[in-house]
Amino acid sequence: MSLPEPFRLLAYLLGIMAFVGLNAAYLVWVERKGAGRFQRRPGPTEVGYAGLLQPIADAVKLLTKQVIVPPGADATLFRLAPVVVLAPALMCLAIIPFGPHLVAREINVGLLLLFAFGSINVMAIMIGGWASRNKYAIISAARVVSQDVAYEIPMLLVVITMLMVTGTMDLNQIVRQQAGAFWNWNLFKLAANPLMPVTFVIFYICMLAETNRAPFDMAEAESELVAGAFTEYAGMGFGVFFMAEYANIVVGCAVATVLFLGGWQSPIGILPGAFWFLLKLYALVFSVVWVRWTFPRTQFYGLLNLSWKILIPIALFTLILSSVMLKLF
Amino acid sequence: MTTEEIMAVAQGKAPNETFVLNLGPQHPATHGVLRVKLTMDGEYITRAEPVPGYIHRMQEKMGENRTWAQYLPNTSRIDYLSAMAYTHGYVGAVERAAGIQVPPRAEYVRVITSELNRISSHLVWFGAFLLDLGGFTPLLYAFDDREKILDLLEGITGSRLTYSYYRFGGLYNDVDEDFLGGTREFVAQMRPRLGMYRTLVTENIILRKRLEGIGVITPEQCRKYGATGPVIRGSGIAYDVRKVEPYSVYADFEFDIPVFPEGDSMARYLVRMEEMGQSLRIIEQALAKLPDGPVMAEKVPRVLKPPAGDYCYAVEAARGRFAVLVVSDNKEMAYRIKLRTPSFSNLSLFEEVSQGMMLPDALALMGSLDLVIPDIDR
Repeated sequence: MSLPEPFRLLAYLLGIMAFVGLNAAYLVWVERKGAGRFQRRPGPTEVGYAGLLQPIADAVKLLTKQVIVPPGADATLFRLAPVVVLAPALMCLAIIPFGPHLVAREINVGLLLLFAFGSINVMAIMIGGWASRNKYAIISAARVVSQDVAYEIPMLLVVITMLMVTGTMDLNQIVRQQAGAFWNWNLFKLAANPLMPVTFVIFYICMLAETNRAPFDMAEAESELVAGAFTEYAGMGFGVFFMAEYANIVVGCAVATVLFLGGWQSPIGILPGAFWFLLKLYALVFSVVWVRWTFPRTQFYGLLNLSWKILIPIALFTLILSSVMLKLF
Repeated sequence: MTTEEIMAVAQGKAPNETFVLNLGPQHPATHGVLRVKLTMDGEYITRAEPVPGYIHRMQEKMGENRTWAQYLPNTSRIDYLSAMAYTHGYVGAVERAAGIQVPPRAEYVRVITSELNRISSHLVWFGAFLLDLGGFTPLLYAFDDREKILDLLEGITGSRLTYSYYRFGGLYNDVDEDFLGGTREFVAQMRPRLGMYRTLVTENIILRKRLEGIGVITPEQCRKYGATGPVIRGSGIAYDVRKVEPYSVYADFEFDIPVFPEGDSMARYLVRMEEMGQSLRIIEQALAKLPDGPVMAEKVPRVLKPPAGDYCYAVEAARGRFAVLVVSDNKEMAYRIKLRTPSFSNLSLFEEVSQGMMLPDALALMGSLDLVIPDIDR
């Protein structure tokens, strides 16, 4: 790296913020366009070519709206929540390797840091819901807490399994181990653990639940709780929650890419790593959009049952299986 | 918290740690201006008190200061989703009062249009119900099919929602070849679509888990509250006005009454999905048998003055039994019009059945009752 360290970090900071901003804006466009296609309609078409300027129009609309703090609400916490929800997502992206050298900060405990910061957005939704002093928002806040407690466990069990297989918490190191063709990806490392694809599915489901995406969107649940924790938010307060949702999806999919799909490794050895990373990342993001517009929402207790009765036992089994495999071979 | 504990709280035997949640009149799941006062213990409902009346328009009183014919357009606006059946009920009652004989062609067209309207109403319910459950996409597919029905009906009635197509003694105008051909085409197209809904939506595991065993209504409760339509047929009672007291020319057709004995939301869902197929069967037969002839009875007086007396006429609307009681005192206006609407009775069930349920399940139950708010308030 030719740039001195402080400038390099500053450049990465700006880059990550721009990346999150653009992603949040254009994933909304992808989501709306995708939803349109799944529902046999064109989606946004009016603002710009194929509606490409729609996110900008939306952002301008949200920015010009008044930020209303409802009377009776806890004003400090109410304003704090949108900040707390977005910041951890930015932090997580700082250690995601986009390419062999394209990473803001290589940390040897990257995986730990990811999940430490990843859990904060739950707290933000809880703060927002509680501070709103709205019954729907409080129900939603309570749901989010129990949902995330339930899904943090199988997710971390999966991550521990991965740790056993990889033997390192350094994300870039994990990616380097998966060099070569696609059967070297952790997803297909059946020699280390024959249940690897199952592990990936569990991780994917947990990621959907952690980011509060349909069919597990208990926090928003617009047909039950109006808009859940975000009911009282107007203008950019709401906009930031919205951005954070997409930022968290990007983070979740990026982690899945790094852990299971070989990160920036190219399966055929051509084109730069960043291209392959983004390709895999957006393929996963698209699948998240696809799931949302295909399935109805689960019941809340159905969701908890899925975690405690199905996912956690399977995750535990895979954990034990891979430790046995590790010991034997 | 078990149901017994909730009941103990409801009966005042346990400390009350509940709060009141105001569901509506503006809430995405009530589909209109229905308000339900929910007393909640966490996410469990201890008491649900429907508060109707936000769109009360005095439909019955209006009947008393309009001439018989002037009241006719009102009937399309009570249950705007199954306007044909409602007009049929009123027109039938007045025809019975005035002793008007409707020509057979008109009766057949009434059956065809009523059944088309039933399908379009069920399609709206299908989309909106799935929307309540958090699935967006089926709504757009359902509206795609509904659009074809609306186009067909618009062609002959000139209106897409509030048709007022039936008149005393017949129809506003005759059906044309476009309508008949279009309907044949629609029936052929709709069958595979129903199959698609079955494989894509009905067999979805999340949907089944959300509906099976949720909101079980017993036949006794149905009798107690006078529930009709898909609600009672989902509780195992084969009550359908088209079969038990056949009106118009329904006796000429072969069709089944779908009945599911489980009484849960899934049973009501399946009843409606099956009914669409049965409606297609009726339409097919009616198109094949459609006689020639006039569509308007001869000598229907301009100013109707039915002989004094009480006359009742019941039809099977999309949501259940719709009955009109007209009381005539031999004047150009009715002395009294009483409307018996299915949504009101079906809503009455909600308070009892929703007790002890969780909020999302209660909303699934409410969706499965297929409420139309103007039909409740009138």
